[in-house]
Amino acid sequence: MKFKVSQHILVPKHSKVSEKEKKKLLERYNITLKELPKIHKNDPAISELGIKKGDVIKITRKSRSAGEAIFYRVVI
Amino acid sequence: MKIFDEYKEKLPLKIVEEVREHTKGLTSDKIKKIFEKVYDEYVSSLVDAGESVGLIAAESLGERSTQMTLNTFHFAGVSEMSVTLGLPRIIEVLDGRKTLSTPTMEIYLKSPYNKGKDIQKIAAAIKETVLDDIVDEYSINIVDLTIEIKLNKEKMKELSLIPSVVSKAVSKKSKKYSVKLDGDVLVLKLKNKEENLNEVYKIKGAIKKIHISGIKGINQILPVRRKDEFIIITAGSNLKEVLKMDEVDATRTVTNDIYEIHALLGIEAARQAIIDEVNKVLESQGLDVDLRHVLLIADTMCTIGDIKGITRYGVVSEKASVLARASFETPLRHIINAALIGEKDELNSVIENVMLNQSIPVGTGLPGLITKFK
Repeated sequence: MKFKVSQHILVPKHSKVSEKEKKKLLERYNITLKELPKIHKNDPAISELGIKKGDVIKITRKSRSAGEAIFYRVVI
Repeated sequence: MKIFDEYKEKLPLKIVEEVREHTKGLTSDKIKKIFEKVYDEYVSSLVDAGESVGLIAAESLGERSTQMTLNTFHFAGVSEMSVTLGLPRIIEVLDGRKTLSTPTMEIYLKSPYNKGKDIQKIAAAIKETVLDDIVDEYSINIVDLTIEIKLNKEKMKELSLIPSVVSKAVSKKSKKYSVKLDGDVLVLKLKNKEENLNEVYKIKGAIKKIHISGIKGINQILPVRRKDEFIIITAGSNLKEVLKMDEVDATRTVTNDIYEIHALLGIEAARQAIIDEVNKVLESQGLDVDLRHVLLIADTMCTIGDIKGITRYGVVSEKASVLARASFETPLRHIINAALIGEKDELNSVIENVMLNQSIPVGTGLPGLITKFK
């Protein structure tokens, strides 16, 4: 049986951010791509998303205090 | 309703859901007014810009940890298992140690196994068995230079092993000897006639550790009941192999080894695991630390995509400022290395400004003033 990383309870939902959204995000927080938190290209949680360096990953975390929290990481 | 979607962008989901629950049957005008009030309240309770959140998190956790016991915790039951808890465990997690003092796993099982079906059998299949566990006695024949190994039938039956499997595993290990099976006795004979007795003793020592069955690294197993299902707690950890087993519920099984989780499930899972591990200790000690402090620390440890402990090799080495790095530990090394490559210090953070007797960029020290000349 093949085990899927995304099904594990510790792994939140990862999704790729489009170029347009990416630009909007950087503008909203007034930052450059370099200043975002990072995620490795070979991270098991994003292996199926078909990403390349410089892409931004949107992470929808389940949070005890906020219900749902959104976090961004840039692929390095 | 439209208004809910609009505020979903501005407010955390939990607050929106709460408002939705309490405003059933109200007109949309009233709901809008409520939302405006809630939003004002939310904004006013956010952390101010320039607040030194890291310091507050450190104090909150540090003050509580002085009250923790240094004891290790023991599971009740026949086969006792000790797990590091309390302050040593917190230090272990936050330092980002690679080798843990007591690695453990919590293995959840799929239905119907989680109701107790075949649990002993599954547990036995998970536990690592080495040759030494199933051997009654070793005897060395000095004249023929052979080793006779008597296997324990009962123990092998418990693990549902047969002698031929064992003999195969033993012969696979090394080409120095040949293995012959005689009932439940393994006879090892050296192939090279010129070997001496010393070699025989060396081989005897080496074969004790041969892996026969089970999962490598799992030294002890303990099936326990948690709420209304059975889970297996282990000493020793090997998440990768355990998740491959058919009986195991791969979606819930966890280990306390953060690095193993990082390698297998990614950085986000590792972050969550750090939070869970710290919270587990805090809860077991009856301490009440706000979750957000732990979140901040876990986020700091995971920002660069790898796990960095709160040590001089970890997050501190990632700081941009030379003086800040030098102020933590081993100052000379940092300053010399920085001088060698001609590093620049922008004085953007707290410690370096304290050193230079300037106002620190925290709170009201953060904004700079710009004067407009007329």
